[in-house]
Amino acid sequence: MGLLEVKDVNKRFGGLQALGNVNLSVAEQTVHAIIGPNGAGKSTLLNCLVGKLIPDTGSVMFDGQSVLGRTPFEINQMGISRVFQTPEIFGDLTVMENMLIPCFAKRDGSFALHGIRSVVSEGELRDQAEQMLEDVNMLDKRNMHSASMSRGDKRRLEMAMCLVQNPKLLLLDEPTAGMARADTNNTIDLLKEIKEKRNITIAIIEHDMHVVFSLAERITVLAQGTPLVEDTPENIKGHPKVKEAYLGEAA
Amino acid sequence: MFGLDKKDGSLLLIVTALVIFAPFLLNPFPEGSALAQFNAGYPDLMQRFVIFGIFAIGFNILFGLTGYLSFGHAAFLGVGSYAAMWMFKLFGMNVLPALALSMIMSALFAVVIGYVSLRRSGIYFSILTLAFAMMSYALAYSVLATDMDGPTQQGLLQKGLTGGETGLQLTLQDPRILGAQTTADGNIPVPTLFGLEMRSATELVLGDWVFTFSAGYYFSAVVMLIAFYLSIRIFRSPFGMVLRSIKSNQQRLTYTGMNPRPYMLAAFVISGMYAGLAGGLMAAMDPLAGPERMFWTASGEVVLMTILGGVGTLIGPVLGAGAIKYMENIISKINSDILHSWFAFLPDGLEDFIVAIIYPFIGKGWHLTLGIIFMLVVIFLPGGLVQGGQKLAALFRRKKQEDTKSATTEPAE
Ligand SMILES: Nc1ncnc2c1ncn2[C@@H]1O[C@H](COP(=O)(O)OP(=O)(O)OP(=O)(O)O)[C@@H](O)[C@H]1O
Ligand SMILES: [Mg+2]
Repeated sequence: MGLLEVKDVNKRFGGLQALGNVNLSVAEQTVHAIIGPNGAGKSTLLNCLVGKLIPDTGSVMFDGQSVLGRTPFEINQMGISRVFQTPEIFGDLTVMENMLIPCFAKRDGSFALHGIRSVVSEGELRDQAEQMLEDVNMLDKRNMHSASMSRGDKRRLEMAMCLVQNPKLLLLDEPTAGMARADTNNTIDLLKEIKEKRNITIAIIEHDMHVVFSLAERITVLAQGTPLVEDTPENIKGHPKVKEAYLGEAA
Repeated sequence: MFGLDKKDGSLLLIVTALVIFAPFLLNPFPEGSALAQFNAGYPDLMQRFVIFGIFAIGFNILFGLTGYLSFGHAAFLGVGSYAAMWMFKLFGMNVLPALALSMIMSALFAVVIGYVSLRRSGIYFSILTLAFAMMSYALAYSVLATDMDGPTQQGLLQKGLTGGETGLQLTLQDPRILGAQTTADGNIPVPTLFGLEMRSATELVLGDWVFTFSAGYYFSAVVMLIAFYLSIRIFRSPFGMVLRSIKSNQQRLTYTGMNPRPYMLAAFVISGMYAGLAGGLMAAMDPLAGPERMFWTASGEVVLMTILGGVGTLIGPVLGAGAIKYMENIISKINSDILHSWFAFLPDGLEDFIVAIIYPFIGKGWHLTLGIIFMLVVIFLPGGLVQGGQKLAALFRRKKQEDTKSATTEPAE
């Protein structure tokens, strides 16, 4: 059984069937890509995994437990971290503070009274955060006001915020959109390295096929809310149904 | 120093120095001079500066850090006052137990009000807190002010828990089981700190100047400094950082594994306790508590103070509280006779004209002055008086740099 098991999930928005009978199994320690044309329901699927949306029917099991009915922070505490399609960071905080919040959440749980010791005195967490910033090449920006950074930097920061939590499952919604080519390649290398070093499982939504084929071990193609095929990258490349789905959209 | 970094430490030192020397600093004009009415160094007003400073510091922990605008914080001020009064009536005149009860009672109120109000955010949160404060006002004004010990008895609860419109007062019949019921000469005792009367004061006459050092002021000032110090620590703590992240992006916080609710409630309760402490101090300085302390205008006032001084800054709320209380007490005292005496040097027609223009803004019209200043600050200095200070400092620094630059480049030319 996979780390993440999605069974017969349906989600409607009014008359629109955003997800129709979605089945998905993400095996432990793999990179599983979910691709598909715009509006296919990829983000909606992720929303159902992290507690942002509740599916109309179906089940979502993570690590042997159901995530349905749990709040987003409970699901995160179970070990799922998510990068959003539009960067979600703490814009009023510095880069370093952005990194420290997930560190505190990981160490102390969803609520803890920390007393009035200064944040500065949390040496261990600061080291962790700095190490992670170093890994994403952002250490020099640690005192920057995060709202003033470029979109690409915000994405990298958000990814670092998720990675520093050492999640069991990392969900990435188009992590390289808006990034320069060089940053995209760095991100690919980083994800590869992280995956090997920390044995985490990654589910990634991506339009950039270069990213998909460099990282993914399994690929699920979603179209109009339903999985068309699931296979290895080699088999997906020439798959007629996939071509149809993308060409159909382009036409 | 005390776990503060250098910058915060020096801020605390500066504030401490200002507070200690306030009786001098606020009395710059000699007694009897025309400008003496601008002196603010009398105990009553100085006490109000620091007490409202505490109120605003606490309000800023909620509003400044989390962005949740409570429009009912005066409820806790009132609760604190009533609690302190009951402590004086039942147990004795020492201010410390009274302040302790003020904080406990306001904390209890804040838990209930916060628990309900925090189910909503934004304008709905504000409206909920306002509704609670108005309910508290109604309770204090009438519901809890009915004769509770029966029509035949003339006991403690003759006027209910709150005393209604006239407020809760000390009487000679109060039991005060741990202290004296009456003073040696048969009067109602006054609040003390282990025997040191809060209203006692010594005067220092230096030439034309008269400086007053009041026990009540210095006691309140010490409490304010402790409250200020704790607020700095809260701002710099992980807790403060989480509160700021709630203001910044609550959604990200929940997907990062933290539950904003209990953090918000903790902030709400802490800030309510600051308000309760301020209310208790008000009763300790002047043993009387009335329902008007809970009226919505009092809740609005602390919002103005915080915004005027600088939301989310450490010292801003204290400055804002000082500025507003200064205007309330000084500008409101100027009358048309005083205006005429100022402009007497002008020809008669012009004098009358100028006085007529200024007149609406003084005396009872001080609210008009406050409104204009408030608008100007919000429009031109959204960061409040603190931002104004920073801009001035930056201006001076730039000027200095330019001076040194031109000084070094001039010889070359
Ligand atoms: N909260 C919502 N309410 C109503 N409709 C929604 C909502 N969220 C998504 N949809 C609709 O559901 C469909 C799937 O959207 P979704 O965002 O999941 O697509 P996607 O595959 O992520 O597309 P993209 O590649 O553009 O990000 C779209 O038609 C979208 O308009
Ligand atoms: Mg999407």
